[in-house]
Amino acid sequence: MTEKSSISPQTFRLQGVSCAGCVRKIESALGEVPGVDDARVNLGDKTLVVEGSATTQACIAAVASAGYGAEAVQVNARVLRAQQREEEQAHYRQLLWRSGIALGLGVPLMIWGLVTGEMGVHNIAQQVAWGSVGLLTLAVLVFCGGHFFTGAWRAFRHHSATMDTLVALGTGTAWLFSMLVVLLPHVLPESARHVYFEASAMIIGLINLGQALEVRARGRTSAAVEKLLQLQDPNARVIRDGEEMDIPFDQVIVGDKLRVRPGEKIPVDGRVVEGESLVDESMLTGEPLPVKKTGGDALTAGTLNKNGSLVFAAEKVGADTRLAQIIQMVKNAQSSRVPIARLADTISSIFVPSVMIIAVVAALVWYNWGPDPKIAHMLVVLTSVLIIACPCALGLATPMSVMVGVGKGAENGVLVRNGKALQQATDLDTLVVDKTGTLTEGAPKLTDIECDGDADALLQQLASLESRSEHPLAEAVVSAAREKQLSLSDVQGFEAITAHGVRAEVDGKTVLLGNRKLMQREGIDPGKWTEKAEALAEQGRTAMYAAVDGAMAGIIAVADPIREDAHAAVARLKKLGLRIEMLTGDNRATAEAVARQLGIDHVHADLLPEDKEKIVADLQKNHAKVGMAGDGINDAPALARADVGFAIGAGTDVAIESADVTLMRSSLHGVADAVELSRATLRNIKQNLFGAFIYNTLGIPIAAGVLYPITGMLLSPVIAGAAMAFSSVTVVSNANRLRFFKPSQNGGTA
Amino acid sequence: MMESVVINVLGLAAIVLTVWWFWLASKGSRQPAAGVDEALQILVKDGVYEPDRIRIAAGKATVLKFRREDASPCAEWVLFPDLEISAQLAVDQVTEVQLPAADVGEYPFHCQMQMYRGTLIVE
Ligand SMILES: [Cu+2]
Repeated sequence: MTEKSSISPQTFRLQGVSCAGCVRKIESALGEVPGVDDARVNLGDKTLVVEGSATTQACIAAVASAGYGAEAVQVNARVLRAQQREEEQAHYRQLLWRSGIALGLGVPLMIWGLVTGEMGVHNIAQQVAWGSVGLLTLAVLVFCGGHFFTGAWRAFRHHSATMDTLVALGTGTAWLFSMLVVLLPHVLPESARHVYFEASAMIIGLINLGQALEVRARGRTSAAVEKLLQLQDPNARVIRDGEEMDIPFDQVIVGDKLRVRPGEKIPVDGRVVEGESLVDESMLTGEPLPVKKTGGDALTAGTLNKNGSLVFAAEKVGADTRLAQIIQMVKNAQSSRVPIARLADTISSIFVPSVMIIAVVAALVWYNWGPDPKIAHMLVVLTSVLIIACPCALGLATPMSVMVGVGKGAENGVLVRNGKALQQATDLDTLVVDKTGTLTEGAPKLTDIECDGDADALLQQLASLESRSEHPLAEAVVSAAREKQLSLSDVQGFEAITAHGVRAEVDGKTVLLGNRKLMQREGIDPGKWTEKAEALAEQGRTAMYAAVDGAMAGIIAVADPIREDAHAAVARLKKLGLRIEMLTGDNRATAEAVARQLGIDHVHADLLPEDKEKIVADLQKNHAKVGMAGDGINDAPALARADVGFAIGAGTDVAIESADVTLMRSSLHGVADAVELSRATLRNIKQNLFGAFIYNTLGIPIAAGVLYPITGMLLSPVIAGAAMAFSSVTVVSNANRLRFFKPSQNGGTA
Repeated sequence: MMESVVINVLGLAAIVLTVWWFWLASKGSRQPAAGVDEALQILVKDGVYEPDRIRIAAGKATVLKFRREDASPCAEWVLFPDLEISAQLAVDQVTEVQLPAADVGEYPFHCQMQMYRGTLIVE
């Protein structure tokens, strides 16, 4: 299948393998292939895993030479995901087990200590008893907490220190000290002959428990990407050599013809060749209404075919499909850097060694100047400070929120490029909007037809005439006639009169359509129609005069209609505190008419494409935080210049590449959704960062004993362990709250 | 008295050693960065990327291979924040991470909570 040589293990599905003899034959055949480091056959599921740089073909050939069949197994994202889920589950169970065992020892010990108060070592019997407990605790440390120690050691060798370091140091110190008490009680003063085995066991148990809960909560943070992956149908029905067959979607090649039946998902991107159907694209665009697809229309992988059967040609497959790109983009954005986290990043890079120093300093202070029992206090303070400090809460604060927030955006058709864009979208104060295609439909429509006689007859004549014209407004007239199912007549002697209008013979009559100058030129008196035309122009419509056989017949008006949802979206954006400025290449009268209807105060009309970028730059010079919404193709420079560029409209490839935020749904509501979402995410990040900062800045001094003068006691290392274990779970859980974010208004119904 | 001296000296020594080992020595005694070739795999295990300094050529897209042998969630993601690249690493598997062409410089990479840390050296 692929020529690529690879060092990642390759998996093959085997045919004809039945016994251990086959296994040996295959393995030795592969052993002779150059580049194979290791080959293992699993008889149970009849698979072969090859490690090394050998090519896929060479491996298949080797298996064939041994007399068996092999087929490369493509590991796709979905399968990989499922495997990861399993790994996660296994890890979760393992953590729970470790936690259970450690707590199983720690809790009874703690209860014993609380009930009897007998944790001291004063005679041989106690030495023996506590010695055995110490060995049990050591077993717990090794079996349930061994990974903390190996992790700490490896990190140490690399001159780095992690949470493992803190846990290992904290529990290790407590255990070593207790063992010292057991073995050599007489070297310590009477008051310090106290063991802390229960603390070591409890801390290990609690931290394992905390990590288990964290694994659980983390699994949910990637729910959005999971959902996107679920959109990918694993199978595709291709038509090859006139036969239909089901194959895995990742084996579809460009040019394949595929069939999708009603209720099936589109497996790859392509274009309809045959059939007609409604396709639900809401999962990618947020657009609630199904879209009608016929020959030539583009289909996107992951969307749902509703009622008809379609045959389409694959144009983009594998990683090139829009769905795959969206998934990749979401993944990248989910883990990009948010500027607000810079301080947290700096702190976490020096956090652990600093905590170690603080712990030692605090312990020395207690030893030198604290009340008796000094050594016991010193030890408790040292352990508690090490254990309570939680660099993970600090480190996780931002990424978890961004992960959930960006994923949530994808679910709502808002693709955020990176964390920086997310943050900048929160404090925009000005939104520059391109009129055409964003506030208006972008395609002119016939809005008015006024005449003394039969309107349809006039429309039929004008449409026949305009069917020969290439003027952009002509299209509107023709399609209006088509909508009314009027059949067009033959046209003779068509003539376009520059800057005036058009003229031709339609069914033996001379028909004229154009502006007032055309009528003047032809010596026709527009009479009462002038007034009507001016009224229409005031509403932003382009009025045209029509004359038949030398006499005024009526007027028609064409306009780019305002989008249905534009009004509600503008109102929403204003409510979010954004000042809206409209940009357009149209004339001022038309532009202002549209602005008036939408309640937009600032209009820049008669613009050349390059002016748009300048306007954005000028606004920025006045310290405005400018967002720009446009279609991503004509507006690319302005989009790039703006603090946040919103590319509106079904995410063309260009837009996906250049915009800060890509709105899959072509509606201004998407901008409001994006702003709301980014604000919600930033708020969540701030809560998390604040929580983590406060936790550590309060927790560490408390563990160091600043409350001792008030409470008369030190924080138990066990409590410190519990606090630390649950602080990172709290951060992840708070981030998960973002999953319930909903845009303030679902614009689709407006 | 003796005990007090010993404990204080030990404590101060611990502080000095911490500062030296984690901050000063880590700058001075860096291992040479590993160049990227077909065989290079970055092992993700026990809180450390190994090797943790990777050299790649500037202006050229590169593929890095990460082998994650740590099931703990910290190790799950590797992020290159400056390049806006991230990858989810599968446990006990090699995951290829495609890096775009980058300018000369040093780019840190790390896990989500920055326990795992490494540096990408583009030259
Ligand atoms: Cu922690």
